[in-house]
Amino acid sequence: MAYTTQADLGGRTGFGAVTPQAEGELFHAGWEPRVLALTLAMGATRAWNIDQSRAARETLSDYAHLSYYRIWLAALTRLLAERGLALPDELAAGQVLHPPLALPRRLAAADVPATLARGSPTLRDGAEPPRFAPGDAVRTCADPPPHHTRLPGYARGKVGRVERRHGVHVFADSHAQGLGEQPQWLYSVVFDGAALFGADARPGLTVAIDAWQSYLEPA
Amino acid sequence: MSAGHDHGHDDHDHHDHGDGHDDHSHLGEMDLRVRALETVLTGKGHVDPAALDALIDSYQTRIGPRNGARVVARAWSDPAYLDWLQRDASAAIASLGYTGRQGEHMVAVFNTPAQHHLVVCTLCSCYPWPVLGLPPTWYKSAPYRSRAVRDPRGVLADFGLTLPESTAIRVWDSTAEVRYLVIPQRPAGSEGLDEAQLAGLVSRDSMIGTALARSPAG
Repeated sequence: MAYTTQADLGGRTGFGAVTPQAEGELFHAGWEPRVLALTLAMGATRAWNIDQSRAARETLSDYAHLSYYRIWLAALTRLLAERGLALPDELAAGQVLHPPLALPRRLAAADVPATLARGSPTLRDGAEPPRFAPGDAVRTCADPPPHHTRLPGYARGKVGRVERRHGVHVFADSHAQGLGEQPQWLYSVVFDGAALFGADARPGLTVAIDAWQSYLEPA
Repeated sequence: MSAGHDHGHDDHDHHDHGDGHDDHSHLGEMDLRVRALETVLTGKGHVDPAALDALIDSYQTRIGPRNGARVVARAWSDPAYLDWLQRDASAAIASLGYTGRQGEHMVAVFNTPAQHHLVVCTLCSCYPWPVLGLPPTWYKSAPYRSRAVRDPRGVLADFGLTLPESTAIRVWDSTAEVRYLVIPQRPAGSEGLDEAQLAGLVSRDSMIGTALARSPAG
């Protein structure tokens, strides 16, 4: 089945100007911080992982029409429903109607500082030697896969050069599909602006992405 | 901003008074939907309301761009720290107490007269939370995410920033779990300032790359 992301915006045109914002403005409605906190707290239960969460957001059909925290709320609601953790009738009634399912963990208030300070590192020990070294020319794969991925559309089928190795990291594509971490070498790959955007790119522009090894072939 | 604090838990269990107006009539549809979700998840034991308050409080009071400004000020002041930040930003930043969620793997990039750095996440909103806090709305918006990679000078113009044509621009698209912190150039006239004063010159936007550090004169 085709996988359609609504979130792959890099290089697209027609969205207009950026509106800067003062440094202290974090939220624009009282419900927004609650959605942030509910999303983080449910993430901490390990009912799903961050890549599954990103996949749930980017495949919302009305993504382009929703404000950011509405996207978060819609994806959270969807993940909860898919897993039977909170069903639509319960959210409509505003009360528990079905017995709770067991989850690996519940985030207690006292554990919040340590949980945030620990985060979820994705660096793993890698037995395989890296395929590429800084300076190598590489070509990114051209075709989008039928699942969540982190190779942006504007950087598909393009030639760049490896600038830096980041070690071996959890592979977002497999993690998002519930297929485990399948860690791979991760590289910063740099492209000349003209290689990505042709004559639109001004001289002196380079763009770096972080690409897992399986996104790359020697060029 | 204290939007999270006007939504306490002691009023969650109020009910209609039977006069056609319930206690929630002053709340919008979104408030009610989110409240219903929170009530269900709390009732099932999946979330602790006090943990929700602690999470919000963390990002309103403790985890924000002043953290990153201290990193920058230290880098400007201490050559050994600058060197560490270049070699191992995760460790150098952790040494100041800034670690964890959405900043597990840090890379610092250093603006020079020859090269300016700009950070974006075209695919979602990846952002270095331990040093910058929550991303601003514009960082998560379609205009910024779409244009930053193709037309960074146009984006900078939206922020009132024009760089010399001779300055190359490097855009970092945060497509994996590495997070990027821009170290702006130390402004002229800042000699003799201590670290706290220097940190005061470092705006959030200057650490994303949409602004320069403030001049002490300005």
